[in-house]
Amino acid sequence: MSDDCRSASSIWGDVEYTAIRELRGPLAVVEGVTGVGWDEFVRITLESGEQRHGLVLEVDRGLAVVQVLEDTTGMDPRGIRVAFTGGPLRIPVGPGWLGRVCNGRGDPIDGGPPVFGHTSVAVGGSPINPLRREPPSEPVLTGVGAVDALTTLVRGQKLPVFSTAGLPHLELAAQIAAQSTAGGESFSVVFAGMGLTHPDASFVRDALEERSAAGELVLLLNTADDPVIERILTPRLALTIAEELAFTSGRHVLVVMSDMTSYAEALREVSAARGEIPARRAYPGYLYSDLASLYERCGRLRGRPGSVTVLPVLTMPAGDITHPVPDLTGYITEGQIVLSRETHALGVYPPVDALSSLSRLMRKGAGPGRTRADHLDIAAQLLAALARARQVRELADLVGEAALSPTDRRHLVFEEAFLRRFVDQRRDQSRPLDQTLETAWQVLLTLPRSQLSMLPAALLDAHGAREDPGAEEEDSGENSERSMEYGERSMEYDERGAVE
Amino acid sequence: MGAVKAEVSTRVLRVAGPLVEVEYTEGAAMHDLVFLGEAGLPGEVVAISGGIVTVQVYEYTGGLAPGNPARPGGGPLSARLGPGLLGGIFDGLLRPLSGAGDWLVPGAARGVGQDRSWSFAPRVREGARVSEGEELGEVVGAGPVRVRVLVPPGAGGVVERIAGEGGYPQDAVVAVVDGTEVRIGTTWPVRRPRPVRERGGEPAVLSTGQRVIDLLFPVAHGGTVAVPGGFGTGKTVLLQQIAKWCDADVIVYVGCGERGNEMADVIAELPELDDPRTGGRLADRTVTVANTSNMPMMAREASIHTGATVAEYFRDMGLDVVVIADSTSRWAEALREFASRTGELPAEEGYPAGLASAIAAFYERAGAVTTLGGERGSVTVIGAVSPPGGDMTEPVTAHTERFVRCLWSLDRDLAYARHYPALSWSGSFSRDVAALGARQAAVGDPAWPARRARVAALLAEADRLADLVDLIGITALPDQERVSVLAGRLVREGVLQQSALSARDAYCAADKTAALVDAVLTVVDRCRELVDSGVPAAVVEDVDFEPVLRAREEVGPHDSEGVAVRRDAMLARLREVR
Repeated sequence: MSDDCRSASSIWGDVEYTAIRELRGPLAVVEGVTGVGWDEFVRITLESGEQRHGLVLEVDRGLAVVQVLEDTTGMDPRGIRVAFTGGPLRIPVGPGWLGRVCNGRGDPIDGGPPVFGHTSVAVGGSPINPLRREPPSEPVLTGVGAVDALTTLVRGQKLPVFSTAGLPHLELAAQIAAQSTAGGESFSVVFAGMGLTHPDASFVRDALEERSAAGELVLLLNTADDPVIERILTPRLALTIAEELAFTSGRHVLVVMSDMTSYAEALREVSAARGEIPARRAYPGYLYSDLASLYERCGRLRGRPGSVTVLPVLTMPAGDITHPVPDLTGYITEGQIVLSRETHALGVYPPVDALSSLSRLMRKGAGPGRTRADHLDIAAQLLAALARARQVRELADLVGEAALSPTDRRHLVFEEAFLRRFVDQRRDQSRPLDQTLETAWQVLLTLPRSQLSMLPAALLDAHGAREDPGAEEEDSGENSERSMEYGERSMEYDERGAVE
Repeated sequence: MGAVKAEVSTRVLRVAGPLVEVEYTEGAAMHDLVFLGEAGLPGEVVAISGGIVTVQVYEYTGGLAPGNPARPGGGPLSARLGPGLLGGIFDGLLRPLSGAGDWLVPGAARGVGQDRSWSFAPRVREGARVSEGEELGEVVGAGPVRVRVLVPPGAGGVVERIAGEGGYPQDAVVAVVDGTEVRIGTTWPVRRPRPVRERGGEPAVLSTGQRVIDLLFPVAHGGTVAVPGGFGTGKTVLLQQIAKWCDADVIVYVGCGERGNEMADVIAELPELDDPRTGGRLADRTVTVANTSNMPMMAREASIHTGATVAEYFRDMGLDVVVIADSTSRWAEALREFASRTGELPAEEGYPAGLASAIAAFYERAGAVTTLGGERGSVTVIGAVSPPGGDMTEPVTAHTERFVRCLWSLDRDLAYARHYPALSWSGSFSRDVAALGARQAAVGDPAWPARRARVAALLAEADRLADLVDLIGITALPDQERVSVLAGRLVREGVLQQSALSARDAYCAADKTAALVDAVLTVVDRCRELVDSGVPAAVVEDVDFEPVLRAREEVGPHDSEGVAVRRDAMLARLREVR
């Protein structure tokens, strides 16, 4: 996978080509080339001396079609010199990346020197031999209660966040990036921002500052006004850096990639410029394989320490989950965390739609010996009760709450408690798993014991489950006051948890 | 992978990702292999036009440049078939993954394990006359499967030479039949079905040990099944159960575009699984083809053909083989991508116009046959389908439904209600029910067709009433219909549900299935009599039906006696109801 170190000056061939036949969109067509291979990395020198970079998308006899990462704006076909590296784009890898902030091409924007590494590797990566993969089995704890309890992230998993415009997905991604840990083992985060606005980019920098200062973070930021095509490179750099940190240096690495919809749009732009036959919604037909070549770089390897966990964030255009980007992503990834506009409107953060969210590897990474013995039962019971509560809610909208059975009414109380006490948490609050699960218990105990059939009787006894949990409150009419008081108490507890 | 004719060489003209154009040269035919560049990247000819050959490459083509050499492979993509397949894990081109490192590097030669020697025992003498498909000898000690060396298709005549008993590598010539050399292993083009003497014949039930399948939607040896199911419907578990318990001799598992971590799970668990049929390891009669979604797209496309070819190879030895392809939707995705790359005009949702015929051709490789050697063998194809967003009208699901004999449709609501296997009785079908019913009746279970018909009718009636109950409540139904609702519940919980994790019930033999159905039906009849005699339905509903509901869990897989005991206990309990 690695290669001898080569200094930056020696990788360029001696030959520079000057015949540019065509400039169109992000593409430059170079004439008269010989021996240029597909996917080679290209350096373009403008007359002004400015340097740009590109990748060979196609070679047809003496013609090379180059995708210019910095875009073709301001390029005049005369006076351009093009040099080919004779190989794919390689970047130096190693712990030198930790603590650095770079743009989407990997050039520092933190005022520091270029990043050096002991070896350089091709950014395209190679598929992991399925036979050499170790099935994921340990959790990454994010400190976000709803995620840890209901869609546990597992080391080596790829778990996307599906969101829509206007929802705090970037806040959630940044919070997960800032707080995640791997049970005391060495942990690092590579955050790849694609098409972020400047306020978003500076938000991410601020939110992750602590982690960066601790030398646990690599930040690659491609902003919305940065060249669009550069975004095609950004996740590949991030994953290449992560693979080395994980499988050579033995760290557990979380790669956050936001926003994958912006990435796919860059891909579409290149495809359109090449005149390829468009597939669904004009995305190229190879979108599935392209996304798979990114997402599938997560995992663990037999006999090697470390893991790469991938958390792509994507906004579904117009909230459409059947849009090609979320649809194909869902095909490849192991579950999804879905954010909901309705929950967001209630002022709950993170606005996770628990019933639509799923971590397919949770059974492997949570439960006895992984997190806590009662974890999976609690999660199953929460989801079952929530599903019932949603049905009841629909019924209540039709017939009115007064017409509901007492059990049904308890489910409405449960849903409220679930959102306000269990899901809702502060954006800078890291909730320990024990506290998350204890809160889950409190929320579940708002239901009559007979409704908690997925929990073992011994645990129900230990937690004092009752058949008439809301009886006194309803009798005395102090329902709202009492729960308010309770809420404040648990808030205090939360803060203590955050300090620890 | 075909003999390489080194003398003919040509050069690369154009490279655009996996699509490469090379100059035409003699010996390049449609669908032939071409090896590109110094690394010899394998690709397949997909078009020849105006002196230019278009090649789809099975590997990453980074660095490949115009002017690089290209070498026709002299034949189509072929699979190397031999006893070493059993227990092995291969990529889509049937190259062993055990020989590769942590990362799959394009063009790198992968250790093929040919150095292993196989113990050959001749079964004919020199001078004997043999015809195609007949047995020449046997590979001894290869595991639970009896692997044989056959006269290749198209050959036949006098055995001029036959090797004596002893150890030989896979490529060693062990016999010469009328000038044709026969080796322990053989090669076969993956896209060409291996010939048979005759297709069809008396259908036989493929027993899966899964009650809902064996009872309601049986499949024949040589049949075809599609298993559509969205995320989290328990598809993988169901397919694994079938791989583990069905009465086939060899299982070919094709992970086509699977997630890497899921494939890793399958690979990690397989050697752990005991083989209930042989007492050994299930892996020893399983061939696994693993082509994850990030492995090259063309190899994914090839992988299901590779799997079918492996199955036919074992079928020709007179074995019953089951191919499990998970998932055919990913394979279709590769077809779509491939069509888009070659500039083919898209039909439905971007899939090529040939999608339906490609699906049909794949499923046609299934069948119960009389082999060239005159023995019975079969290939059963079970293809998982993953409809995006659970949309059953999308092209892959819609076309697949037309070509298969059975559809086992997995239902999200059932999975959600923890009814496993979550096989929907209203959304599934088996077109072989009548034929297999007649067959069951002929081989000693004359009540089979009637039993199945009653269960199906009962479930349909219960479903109809369930919709009504949601609207008006159970108490508004007449008593007889309330018994029908109850009967539906008893069938679902007492017969159809089956836990893959249960020690006693993961597998269920035909006699236990029959006993369970008879027990439930007898109890239902008794309930009807009670209601007819004036007992209110509410009283009957309140009876604890635990003996019949727990019977499936409590008795062993063959214990129909145990079921009968519990049925009698239940009937006794009902006699006390008034």
